[in-house]
Amino acid sequence: MSEHSAHSHGTMSQLMIGFGLAALLSIIPFYLVMADTGLSSTAVIAVIMILAAIQIIVHLVFFLHVNREVEGGWTFAATIFAVIVLVIVLAGSIWVMYNMNTNMMPMPSEEEMLEMMSLQNQQG
Amino acid sequence: MATEVAQTTQESISPIFGRLSLESIPYHEPILIFTFLGVAVAGLIVLGLMTYYKAWKPLWTDWVTTIDHKKIGIMYMVLGFIMFVRGFADALMMRLQQAMAAGGAEGYLPAHHYDQVFTAHGVIMIFFVAMAFITGIMNFVMPLQIGARDVAFPFLNNFSFWMTVAGALLVNLSLFIGEFARVGWLAFPPLSGAAYSTGPGMDYYLWALQIAGIGTTLSGVNMVATIFKMRAPGMKLFDMPIFTWTALCTNILIVAAFPVLTATLTMLTLDRYLGTHFFTNDLGGNPMMYVNLIWIWGHPEVYILILPLFGVFSEIVATFSRKPLFGYKTMVWATACIMVLSFVVWLHHFFTMGSGANVNTFFGITTMIIAVPTGVKIFNWLFTMYKGRVHFEVPMLWVIGAIVTFTIGGMTGVMLAIPPVDFQFHNSLFLIAHFHNVIIGGVVWGVYAAVYYWWPKAFGFKLHDGLGKASFWCWFVGFYLAFMPLYALGLIGVTRRINSYDDPAWQPYFVIAAIGAVMILFGILFTFANFAYSIYKRKELACGSDPWDARTLDWATQSPPAKYNFPQDLHIRGRDEFWRMKQEGFKWSKNYSPIHMPHYTHAGFVLSALAMIFGFAMIWYIWWLAVVAFVGVVSFTIYHTFNYNRDYYIPTEEIAETEAKGATV
Repeated sequence: MSEHSAHSHGTMSQLMIGFGLAALLSIIPFYLVMADTGLSSTAVIAVIMILAAIQIIVHLVFFLHVNREVEGGWTFAATIFAVIVLVIVLAGSIWVMYNMNTNMMPMPSEEEMLEMMSLQNQQG
Repeated sequence: MATEVAQTTQESISPIFGRLSLESIPYHEPILIFTFLGVAVAGLIVLGLMTYYKAWKPLWTDWVTTIDHKKIGIMYMVLGFIMFVRGFADALMMRLQQAMAAGGAEGYLPAHHYDQVFTAHGVIMIFFVAMAFITGIMNFVMPLQIGARDVAFPFLNNFSFWMTVAGALLVNLSLFIGEFARVGWLAFPPLSGAAYSTGPGMDYYLWALQIAGIGTTLSGVNMVATIFKMRAPGMKLFDMPIFTWTALCTNILIVAAFPVLTATLTMLTLDRYLGTHFFTNDLGGNPMMYVNLIWIWGHPEVYILILPLFGVFSEIVATFSRKPLFGYKTMVWATACIMVLSFVVWLHHFFTMGSGANVNTFFGITTMIIAVPTGVKIFNWLFTMYKGRVHFEVPMLWVIGAIVTFTIGGMTGVMLAIPPVDFQFHNSLFLIAHFHNVIIGGVVWGVYAAVYYWWPKAFGFKLHDGLGKASFWCWFVGFYLAFMPLYALGLIGVTRRINSYDDPAWQPYFVIAAIGAVMILFGILFTFANFAYSIYKRKELACGSDPWDARTLDWATQSPPAKYNFPQDLHIRGRDEFWRMKQEGFKWSKNYSPIHMPHYTHAGFVLSALAMIFGFAMIWYIWWLAVVAFVGVVSFTIYHTFNYNRDYYIPTEEIAETEAKGATV
């Protein structure tokens, strides 16, 4: 194996560490959902979200080999840029949509809607 | 007609023709029939002339299958100008309608047609005119400026271009087969959802943009890779000409933003085709999410359009002031700041949707901040001109006109950025005037400046001076006549997209705007006339390789450049390398070595044609054809990967011969 390909595909031990971490980070969420741990569902969701974020980083580092050396740092810089844009889009959208939802007038239920419509019809 | 279409969709979807039937041909609409006849006659004349002059084979071998970045760039410009005629025809129709339809008059366009016209105008002008223009200019100029022989992925470049053409053709097809969307250029649901847009128009919109969007995204990837990987030896990032910097930032924005558009339109497509509920009113869907997502793409998009033209202004101002650009580094950082900031301002497009004071304040402030780096650029151009020997050639006229006009548009933009003020202006003609002020005064005139500036590079002769000045002054005066009344109307409270109105006091404003639009028509015609006249007089207008006494490497080649661009590798020592080379009396040496070049291929054209058939089949629910076309795309792609005959070497004798002969007009 040439030096270049060894560098870009990682060593066996690196891959195995990545595999172990990825497996662990997948098993824990399954365990939390399937076993009766007594945690509140909000807490379980929060933990799963955090583990998922760590999972992404594990994949980037151990399988996609994103670090500051590859391609003279351009891979790393591009990843950082992608992460920034992603954070802006996700955090921004959640913030914006949360505000929209809280500021909206409460929507009438279907029954109320039908009632209003029939009232309107009666009044012409 | 809308109800007719709705009925046909419910009634029958034939297994062979989908929902396409004779009813889909709008033969009961005289305007469209006459347009069709006009296009058909013009088309037949073109076909006849091409056959007469035996132009078919050269068209195929030299242009359609080309992977030369310069030819692809020129084809993008041709596409842009053709679609510009279409988009401008829509604009004239709207101006005429609004000038007529006052005080109870209906005008000449029925509402459902008018709605298609304003939707098509917006879609065409942004996606197939402005995008085509900037991609064309970047394609032609950027590799030359960095001393490269081509882009990083030449085949991909050809494929991107033909995908864009496929999208453009689908939009134009909707004129004569079926209808176009009646939803506004960004197609907000629920209006654009399955429940309220039943006909094929909305599906034309979706598939045209998706197919063209693939081309745009790939071309963005291609150019980022080109700038990072293909610079001539020795050229550091901070040695690159400003136009290349702006091209870099624009393409990074394309790569980052266009996937958002693709994903958003995909979700809307799923809503329409498979009955999902991303953006519907009921069952958990949220149309506001569409507005949010489409503007996360949409705001970077306007900077995608303007940034390359900022680069054009920088090159032209420096060249015609005979000075190095003032504040090169601040220009680079201003561009980079705009690139990042353009991702945090999108909500200013929907202040009125109800996010509340804290959210609106944040986005209002970020929007005003983005005016700062833009202002830096304007001052840099002014200081470049200051104490320079300014030559008022035609490209420089466009640039000065653009700087003045863009600044005015920028200031009305800052007014719109103030949320409480925006509640007054939102959806009014004030907004329309504002964005035409920046897009025409920035993007369109920038494109004209670039065309007049780089035309001699592309063809070896200048465009005629007098016709160029006539075109500029018609455009300049016409623009102010056409859009200043819209500012006034917007302040009165007139909303956009109305096709008739009661108050006769508005009519004079609309009439003046229509007169302005006619003046702009003359501006456009003078430039077309200029193309024709200058091609006819090309021997007299021939100008050698460096007519403007320019500073950047794009002028170091022959005009038009040979297919390999530079006969030898260059070693770059700093900024404005070509200026330095000229000071030192640089000559190419006679020692050539063979140049490695890619072969032309028809694969991009075939793939895009198949993609267009796929899009057409999806629009009309012709499922069998969609399957066939899709399988065709995939299998042809696989087939193309087995084509190993991709490259060749230009022998030294041929290079020596080309260089000795020099460029011929």
